Amino acid sequence: MKRDAIVIKKQDNVATALRNLERNDVASVGVGDETVSVTLVDSVEFGHKFAIRDIPAGEDILKYGEVIGRATADIPCGAHAHVQNIESLRGRGDLA
Amino acid sequence: MEFQGYRRPDGQVGTRNYVGVLSTVVCANEVAEDIARQVDGAVSFTHHQGCCQTPLDIQRVNEVLIGLGSNPNLASVLLVSLGCESTAIQEVADGIRKTGKRVEVIGLQETGGAARTRAEGTLLVQNMVAEASVMKTETCGLSDIVLGMKCGSSDTTQGLSATPAIGVASDMIVEAGGISILGEVTEFIGAEHIVARHAATQEVGDQILALVERMENRAKAVGCDMRGGQPTGGNIKGGLTTIEEKSLGAIAKAGSAPIQAVYEYGVRPTVKGLVVMDSPGREPEILTGLAAAGCNVIAFATGRGAPQGFPFVPVVKLTGNALTWERMHDHMDMSVAGVIEGTESLPEAGDRLVKRILEVASGARTRSEITGYTRAMDIYVMGPVI
Repeated sequence: MKRDAIVIKKQDNVATALRNLERNDVASVGVGDETVSVTLVDSVEFGHKFAIRDIPAGEDILKYGEVIGRATADIPCGAHAHVQNIESLRGRGDLA
Repeated sequence: MEFQGYRRPDGQVGTRNYVGVLSTVVCANEVAEDIARQVDGAVSFTHHQGCCQTPLDIQRVNEVLIGLGSNPNLASVLLVSLGCESTAIQEVADGIRKTGKRVEVIGLQETGGAARTRAEGTLLVQNMVAEASVMKTETCGLSDIVLGMKCGSSDTTQGLSATPAIGVASDMIVEAGGISILGEVTEFIGAEHIVARHAATQEVGDQILALVERMENRAKAVGCDMRGGQPTGGNIKGGLTTIEEKSLGAIAKAGSAPIQAVYEYGVRPTVKGLVVMDSPGREPEILTGLAAAGCNVIAFATGRGAPQGFPFVPVVKLTGNALTWERMHDHMDMSVAGVIEGTESLPEAGDRLVKRILEVASGARTRSEITGYTRAMDIYVMGPVI
């Protein structure tokens, strides 16, 4: 079965699009050897991420099984997850 | 999960059986190259070091040459010297001899010029190749693999396909009792705290952080901010959101095994498992460092198509970019574009890579070897040149 997006580690809460996806597409998301379905609520370009479950503001974004940043706004399942709603924990000088 | 390898007297296993002609100083390069060129079964290693350098750098050159000569892919070694260099020839020769292999030394000034040295060296190496050519392989396992890892000429596909696929392969090799070496400290920046968390002990974690700090300070000392402006505008357009994410895309090649130790550049690991070795990201320096550390095969992820290889350690090139696979086909060993297509899973791709690594270890020629693209070499030194 051809996957539309990939999740690197099963703990991740975002998937990365493997092709340009449109709002309302039902994406087939690969997680290891399995696939799950996620309905897109935004258009998401190849290489960009979308949430695979609801992520409340302030929660960690997980990719590669690690924290890659923090949600700066609520990110509903299927929404584009990028610089508009994610901030790095490293860019700020006051954080370790 | 087997391959046919050359078991050396010191227990290391080679995936190739070359006679290595190593120049001890930049000024002996021409002759080292000429000798190796004239003998089938010999390869030369050349570099730009060995003179007019700080004692610390000369020490580095000595140690790396010992490491290179000790690599199990070399059956025996001829050191080619000028005669006046700072490199400690005797120390290097004796260091390599500890592995039990034959080491010969020849010098231009003593022999009397390039032509005579070329002739004498060629005759010597011919005999050494004849000796090496009767060596037999034996059945070896994944535990005898010492994997070097690299990524270069990256693109969006890399962190989603090629690097995690190497991570799967690395985990399998470590699980089997082999060694996997991660360098490219530059790429940890932004995710070094994450890498440190994967250390087997607090001490190793601290060493990882110290390594990154050292590299960053070196750049700062010449006014270069390695952390600012990351990810770049181009990265963001391509979908990378934070520096952590970008770094993790590269670090993914290390898989999920705990990091057992941290080593300085070119130092051979004394433990099994996943280790970190100090090195920059540039091909000549890191491939040389990995070879000096004893790697018998290197896996190299490339999105846009990096052609480089090394004279005596096979470099397996994999790309997740279908266009690169087509356009740079001459230089690519494996495609994981199926992962980007959505038709192959990461576990499947990683498994395929391990099988490919074992084929190469048994003698299957990599594209960089076939295309003759095997000259990315140099010894990583701190400078200055004086």
